[in-house]
Amino acid sequence: MGLIGIRAAKIPSQIAFKRRSRLVNREAFWGWFFIAPWIIGFMVFTLGPMVASLWLSLTDYELITPPRWIGLKNYINLFTADRLFRLSLYNTTYYVLFSVPLGIIFAFALSLLLNVKLSGMNFFRTVFYLPSVTSGVAVSLLWIWLFNPQFGLINYLLRSIGLPTPGWLVDPKWAKPAFILMSLWGVGSTAVIFLAGLQGVPRGLYEAAEIDGASHWQRFWHITVPMMTPVIFFNLIMGMIGSFQVFTQSYIMTSGGPQDATLFYVLYLFRQGFALLRMGYAAAMAWILFIIILILTLIQLRLADRWVYYEGDMAKR
Amino acid sequence: MVVKTTDSLARSKFTAHHLQQFISKVLWYVTLTALGFIFSLPFFWMVSSSLKIEADVWLYPPKWIPNPVLWENYPKALTLMNFPRLLANTLFLVTVGTFGVVLSSSWIAYGFARFRFRGRDAVFVILLSTMMLPGQVTMVPLYILYKQLGWLNTYLPLLVPAYFGGAFYIFLLRQFMATIPTELDDAAKIDGCGYIGIWWRIILPLIKPALATVTVFSVIYGWNDFLWPLIILNDSELFNLSLGLATFRGLYSTQWNYLMAASVVVLTPCLILYFVAQRFIVEGITLTGLKG
Repeated sequence: MGLIGIRAAKIPSQIAFKRRSRLVNREAFWGWFFIAPWIIGFMVFTLGPMVASLWLSLTDYELITPPRWIGLKNYINLFTADRLFRLSLYNTTYYVLFSVPLGIIFAFALSLLLNVKLSGMNFFRTVFYLPSVTSGVAVSLLWIWLFNPQFGLINYLLRSIGLPTPGWLVDPKWAKPAFILMSLWGVGSTAVIFLAGLQGVPRGLYEAAEIDGASHWQRFWHITVPMMTPVIFFNLIMGMIGSFQVFTQSYIMTSGGPQDATLFYVLYLFRQGFALLRMGYAAAMAWILFIIILILTLIQLRLADRWVYYEGDMAKR
Repeated sequence: MVVKTTDSLARSKFTAHHLQQFISKVLWYVTLTALGFIFSLPFFWMVSSSLKIEADVWLYPPKWIPNPVLWENYPKALTLMNFPRLLANTLFLVTVGTFGVVLSSSWIAYGFARFRFRGRDAVFVILLSTMMLPGQVTMVPLYILYKQLGWLNTYLPLLVPAYFGGAFYIFLLRQFMATIPTELDDAAKIDGCGYIGIWWRIILPLIKPALATVTVFSVIYGWNDFLWPLIILNDSELFNLSLGLATFRGLYSTQWNYLMAASVVVLTPCLILYFVAQRFIVEGITLTGLKG
């Protein structure tokens, strides 16, 4: 850019203007040229399907016969007649409500533990991050076995320290907590993001506070936490969006059972769409999920003004 | 956490302060080790179960160290689950998909990072907001689209979208590209290099660490991908490892030693890749996690 400016300055202004605008046009052309694949992909794989899904959600479509327009009937059915829809929404909310805040607190604590200059720290960081690398079917299989009420490791450990041993995945009361517990095992990636944030907190702030005689706790509460609020916020939003979409674990480990206690939203959507082939109904479910996530994200963005601290803000005032 | 005192003071003698430092260090290690132990216990348990005879899997109290150690569980489990086929499928999907997503994302990121034009920032905001869009919204129409194109039960739905870039990867690569001085582009322009040439010969070599990060993320994602293959693929000859493992569980749900052996084998490549590329992964997350 700088180069174009220098050249333009050396020639008479009239020509320079023409030349400049041609250069700007050319730059715009090349810009669009490079981002074109994404725009095409967005139209074909995101925007088009979104519009289609909105339309489909207003139809009765079971793949064999053409879609039949039924207006808001899918939505009305979902909210008034479908017990499993409400149950899956409840199950998912329960899961999000516990796994996200617990996950954030746990990951934050973990990142504080890992944010110290001690030898061997890289080793520990690796250990805590590993479960996040290995998500999916294999890990779900492992946890079925760990949660086994009679022979599983978890109940063995609980029994050996004299605690009660729940039925976990076979007990409707304990199945959701089991999934939450399992999600905490995978907080490594969240912890790494916190760790990155912690390393960005200026050391000078701590030194100044120390001179003023602030205790460890005061330094944590008045420096670390405020400086970390943008990262906490980021993790909160991402964690929420991710947790609402919990699928593989429940599909593999419980198929939604026992007594539909782990029938999560996306699992139910999957069943309606791809097992029962009720495409219109599934599309309506997808839109409800989208709207829920959108509203929650907007609320959080609104609330963020009150508690998220951005360094830049101070300079502006 | 422990703030270092000035050098002169530290050298003088062993004080109460040093003792305190020492104790806090020990406490730190103890906590980390205990937690780390709990975190790695599931993995240890997985490997240990995979080497047991079937009766020992059901032993109570559990046997920590398998005896006898049945290495033959591995070849047996792998034969039962048709491992070579699944591995070849997964490798194909991961390689072709990752190649596509890295190539296209860096191409698109170059457009966002290096050209100024009206509407660019608006488009970029849309790109970022697609990261918040739950995939389920587009799942049903995409399935219908693929069905009408005759793409069901082929790899096309799993590969073609990758060639149009991934929002997260584009974002990450753009951030990296923004740190490269534009003077380099200008110098190349004087030498008569076109924009595609600049992208290929200047930008790509300079963002190698970022490309490595994206590659690793994409490989791990592709390796664990389950929902789309589950929707698209019917023919078990086409299954990837995730799907194969899920099916294997249905068939041999009582033979936990085999199930665990198969799981270990499916996990291991991800673990190895993580160890090799650790530096890049952490760097990549560090970059993306900071200040949105």
